Amino acid sequence: MLEIKGLKVDLEDEDKSILKGVDLTVPAGEVHAIMGPNGSGKSTMSYVLSGKDGYTVTGGTATLNGVDLLAMEPEERAAAGLFLAFQYPVEIPGVGNMTFLRTAVNAQRKARGEEELSAGDFLKEVRAKAKDLKIDAEMLKRPVNVGFSGGEKKRNEILQMAMLEPKMCILDETDSGLDVDAMKLVADGVNALRSEGRSFLVITHYQRLLDHIKPDVVHIMSNGRIIKSGGPELALEVEHNGYTDLLAEDA
Amino acid sequence: MALPQRKQDATDTRLAAVTLPNGSAWLTKARNAALGRVSVMGLPARRDEYWRFTDPTTLVDAAAIDADVLPIEDNPEFSKNDALRVVFVDGVFDAAASDDLSLAGVTMTRLSQAEDITWAADLLGTLEERGQKPVERPLAALTTAMATDGLLIHVTGQAERAIHIRYDRKNVGADVSLHHVVKLDAGTTVTVLESGAGAARFASNMEVDVADGAAFHHVRAQGRDHGRRMNTHIFTRIGEGSTFKSFTLSVNGAMTRNDCIMEIVGDDATAHVSGACVGDGEGFHHDDTVFITHDAVGCESRQVFKKVLRNGAVGVFQGKILVKHGAQKTDGYQISQSLLLDGDSQFLAKPELEIYADDVACSHGSTSGAIDEDALFYLRSRGVPHKTATTLLTLSFLAEALQEIADEALAEDLRDRLAGWLDRHQH
Ligand SMILES: Nc1ncnc2c1ncn2[C@@H]1O[C@H](COP(=O)(O)OP(=O)(O)OP(=O)(O)O)[C@@H](O)[C@H]1O
Ligand SMILES: [Mg+2]
Repeated sequence: MLEIKGLKVDLEDEDKSILKGVDLTVPAGEVHAIMGPNGSGKSTMSYVLSGKDGYTVTGGTATLNGVDLLAMEPEERAAAGLFLAFQYPVEIPGVGNMTFLRTAVNAQRKARGEEELSAGDFLKEVRAKAKDLKIDAEMLKRPVNVGFSGGEKKRNEILQMAMLEPKMCILDETDSGLDVDAMKLVADGVNALRSEGRSFLVITHYQRLLDHIKPDVVHIMSNGRIIKSGGPELALEVEHNGYTDLLAEDA
Repeated sequence: MALPQRKQDATDTRLAAVTLPNGSAWLTKARNAALGRVSVMGLPARRDEYWRFTDPTTLVDAAAIDADVLPIEDNPEFSKNDALRVVFVDGVFDAAASDDLSLAGVTMTRLSQAEDITWAADLLGTLEERGQKPVERPLAALTTAMATDGLLIHVTGQAERAIHIRYDRKNVGADVSLHHVVKLDAGTTVTVLESGAGAARFASNMEVDVADGAAFHHVRAQGRDHGRRMNTHIFTRIGEGSTFKSFTLSVNGAMTRNDCIMEIVGDDATAHVSGACVGDGEGFHHDDTVFITHDAVGCESRQVFKKVLRNGAVGVFQGKILVKHGAQKTDGYQISQSLLLDGDSQFLAKPELEIYADDVACSHGSTSGAIDEDALFYLRSRGVPHKTATTLLTLSFLAEALQEIADEALAEDLRDRLAGWLDRHQH
């Protein structure tokens, strides 16, 4: 599904290298987790994969089902099936949540040559999915993420993911800011979407989310590289011992 | 005080070329008086403080510059709205296209046909004249003098429908002046809609006298013709417990100067003026100039202006809130913002407060910004194409101004047109 080889990324405005050769493969149907110290480059990698400005790729490749991601516009990547749940979802005053969601769903359908969703069908679907995530109808009427609490923003990301039905979902610290119940809701939302044709890359600092969303593989990122990959037990090790030993091992 | 020689000469030359329209005696008197005001004040010139950001030359010159005529749309602004329609083509009343001028709650006559109408004779030109202090507005006086037609609207009850004045164009070179007078009796309401570019060069005055407890709603859209030049003035006197609301949408146009002069004279009144404009290209210059005088207790005023500018377009806002002695509990709000879609465009703003009362809350702000890149990326990362995302964000920028329109159907009509324009003007 997602294949990253030797990805090197610099900041565009500064002479600073962030990703220093990332190798990572997420096969179809699998859930991979990435953990790693603050500032190791996890969010940068997810931004670069989704096409945010401000970064220069100086080496390596990233493909989604064999298609070069890095050559595409952000909206084309989305239509190709990539989705990023933001670490910090953006507030957009003046654009209604519903308008935004419907525009996004139909734009992707159009880009893929599919028929647009009718207003009625769309509404039915959003309502059902919002209910599962305990997002109330009033919230949907508000502008995108405006006045949402931290946890509400995160749930809204998962709602978008559920509506857009992407193939490759990257979740950047979706668990941070969630209370225990909300984390369960979000995990249920993710698990409901798990399927043979869909993969997840879950960026997190905590073992707890991984109790709910069982990863197939856990990767440790440090200083712009994946320094170790292993099974779910690797997350437990981080939870208990922190990164010191892992970093020492790598050095 | 004598005018500077250069200004005196320019004014004399220009006025020598003016022939006043014919009309009944009272109207001729009012026109002559207005012309007298122009010659005393002198016509505006580039160096006048009030024209610092906008060159008045093409509005003042004896000859108007031609402007291509855009074919009239199948579905012009407000056509879906239930309204009594009054159509002027290049400033000339079009009886065939207009409805009969009878409307429950309103007595209406055309200026060019006005005989002895006492209320109009008492009002026409007087609000314009009051509005000449403390800042002179010679173009408004010129329009009072030269206006060939317009509507005299006396509102005596709840107007049964809105009055929609449409300004169509046929001639590339028409130079037009119109003058409307609206008098609302106490406790009455009316909605006046205006639409269309009007002429190659179009000047209009609207004097609105809002008596106690009355409500005046005004929404206008100034057409889409690229070359047209316009200068409009609204003068209003606002009575106790009454409401005045005016919104203007401007799209394209080579030159627009919209002046709105409001004087609140009765307690607990509300005055809102707002506008949205979108301009593309160096040939676009748009100026909103507002002056609001609070001369009563417990009144609220709002000015909300938003401009979207690209490819070297220029936007101007001059807005002043004057709170007079004793106008306590005044709540004055003013915001002017521009969204610059590229580095070539320009927004010039001069917000002013002058306050002589101590118990007031006035705020003003002016900003210039670009599209929010984070929001743009967020939308695109969800699959919304760049163009659509930019349109969505631009509409969201304009939303605060459009929200000032009380009637949701009218707001929707203008929002759709703006969305269409934005889609056409994205590269
Ligand atoms: N636009 C930027 N300007 C300057 N530095 C940046 C920028 N973007 C990222 N960085 C730097 O790159 C490094 C990696 O940041 P990134 O956000 O990818 O880390 P992270 O692994 O997601 O961290 P966290 O766990 O705290 O979310 C950090 O040192 C950060 O300061
Ligand atoms: Mg991060």
